[in-house]
Amino acid sequence: MSGAPTAPARRRHLLDIADIGGRADLEEVLRLTDAFAEVGERPIPKVPALRGKTVAWLFYEDSTRTRLSFETAARRLSADTLNFSVSSSSVKKGESLLDTARTIEAMGVDAIVVRHRSAGAPHRIAGWVDASVVNAGDGWHEHPTQALLDTYTLHRHLGGLDGAHIAIIGDIKHSRVARSDIWAFTQMGAEVTLVAPPTLLPPDLTGWPVRVSHDLDAVLPTLDVAYLLRMQRERMTEALLPSLREYTARWGLTVRRAEHLKDGAVILHPGPMNRGVEVAPEVADLDRSLILDQVRNGVSVRMAVLFLLLGADPANLLDA
Amino acid sequence: MAQRERRQAPPYGGTFVPRTRVMDRDGIRRAIWRMAHEIIEANAETESLVLVGLQTGGVQVAEAIAEALRSITEEPVEVGTLDVAFYRDDIGLRPVLPEAVTDIPWNLDGRTVILCDDVLFTGRTIRAALNALGDYGRPRAVRLAVMVDRGHRELPIRPDHVGKNLPTRRDEVVDVSEDGVDLGEMVR
Repeated sequence: MSGAPTAPARRRHLLDIADIGGRADLEEVLRLTDAFAEVGERPIPKVPALRGKTVAWLFYEDSTRTRLSFETAARRLSADTLNFSVSSSSVKKGESLLDTARTIEAMGVDAIVVRHRSAGAPHRIAGWVDASVVNAGDGWHEHPTQALLDTYTLHRHLGGLDGAHIAIIGDIKHSRVARSDIWAFTQMGAEVTLVAPPTLLPPDLTGWPVRVSHDLDAVLPTLDVAYLLRMQRERMTEALLPSLREYTARWGLTVRRAEHLKDGAVILHPGPMNRGVEVAPEVADLDRSLILDQVRNGVSVRMAVLFLLLGADPANLLDA
Repeated sequence: MAQRERRQAPPYGGTFVPRTRVMDRDGIRRAIWRMAHEIIEANAETESLVLVGLQTGGVQVAEAIAEALRSITEEPVEVGTLDVAFYRDDIGLRPVLPEAVTDIPWNLDGRTVILCDDVLFTGRTIRAALNALGDYGRPRAVRLAVMVDRGHRELPIRPDHVGKNLPTRRDEVVDVSEDGVDLGEMVR
C-alpha cells in the first residue's frame, strides 16, 4: 500500500507564498485547483464544502478584481461573506488596525482576507486573531494567491514549468506580484529573468534566484513566458522614468516586439492593463495572451486556498 | 480500496494487512455479470441508463458493469465519475480532499442513474453523492450498485444491486480490487 497520501499539514494562514511549502506542496495545491476548476464548469457551479463558514474582506486598498475573485470563490464553496468596507467605516473615524481586526473576529468569522498598503499588515493581524488570515496583497511585499494562479495558469498551459524561461517585465520595485511570482516560478523549476529600467528594480537583488536585464529586445526571443507588470501611473510622480512614452518605446510589448516571441510563447498580465503602455492593445488580444485564463483560474485557485485553510482540519481528528 | 478510506483509517492510513479472501477474481466477475443482468431486468429502457462510479474505488466497478451491459445489450453505455469530497458532512472533522475530478458531461434530467461503489459502509458517501448528483440535473431515478455491502449503516440508505453481503466488525477493513475482495485490518 505504498503511495497512500499523507494527511495535508494544517495551514492556518496564507501570508507569504512560502507558507504553502515547497514544490511538492505547490503541486498539491495545483492538483486541488483542478478539482475546483471542474466545479466551475458544472451546470450549478456551487458545492457545500464550506457551508456555515464566514469569510470577511478587509480591504484597505482599492481592489475590484481580487475582491470579486475571492467573493466568487467563497460563494461557490457556499461560505458566507462579509465585506468590511474601509472607506465607509469606522476606520475613517480613526479606528486602529488592531481594533478593527478584533471587531471583525468578534462577529465570528472563520477567515479574514486582507489587503493593505503596508507590507506586513496581514502578518500583524494573524498574530492578533484566531481566524485564518489570507494575504490579498500587502504593500510591495507579497500577493500569494496571484502567484498561485499564475503558476496554475502556466502549469496548465505549458504542462509544467521545468526549464521554462520566464521574464517578468516592468516595475519590479513596487511589485508584490513579482516578489511572490519569483518564488513560485523558481520553486517549480523555471528560470526567471527580470527586465526593467534600473530605476524600477529593487536597489539590492542579492540572494534573489533571478537574472537581470535592461534590454527587452535581447531577451524576448528566448522567452517561453512574457509576464508584463502594470506600469503604475501613480509612480510617475517619483521621477523614475522620463515619460510613459519612453517606457513603452523601450520596455512595452508592442506589436513589432511581439513578433519576436518564439512559437508557443505566452503572455501574462496580473491586470488591470494599461493598453498602449506596457502592452499594445492588439497584443493583449492575441491567442498567446492568457490574461483572461488568469482571471478564470484565479477563482479556482482561491477556492482551493479557502478550502485548504477552512475545510481540512486534521487537528480535530486527534480528539475524535 | 478508495484512497479516501485508506487515508481516513485511524489516524491517516497505515498498511492494509489482508486476513481472509472472501471473493476471488472469478467471484467478482460473476457478481458483475449478475448485477448487469439485474440492472437490465429492472430497467427496460436501457438507453436512459447512465452509470456513475464514485471516485476512486467505484470507478472500476462502474466500468466493469458497463462492459457487461454493453456485451449483453450490444448498445453503448455511458460511464461518468463523481468525486463527493466537497459534499461530505465530515469536512472539518477529517482531512477531506478530492481524490480525482468529477466527470459527468451530460445533463442527468430524466435519466436513470446507477451509482456504483466498491464498498457500502455507513452510507455517508452515498448521501453526499445524492446531493452532488442534484447539481447535475434531476434524474428520473437513482439506483445503487455496490460490490460489497459490509453493513454498519448510519443513514437510511440501502443498495439495489449487491455483489456480496459481507458481515464485518466495525474496525475491519474491506479491500476491493480486480483480483478479489479481502477482509483485514489497517496496521500503523
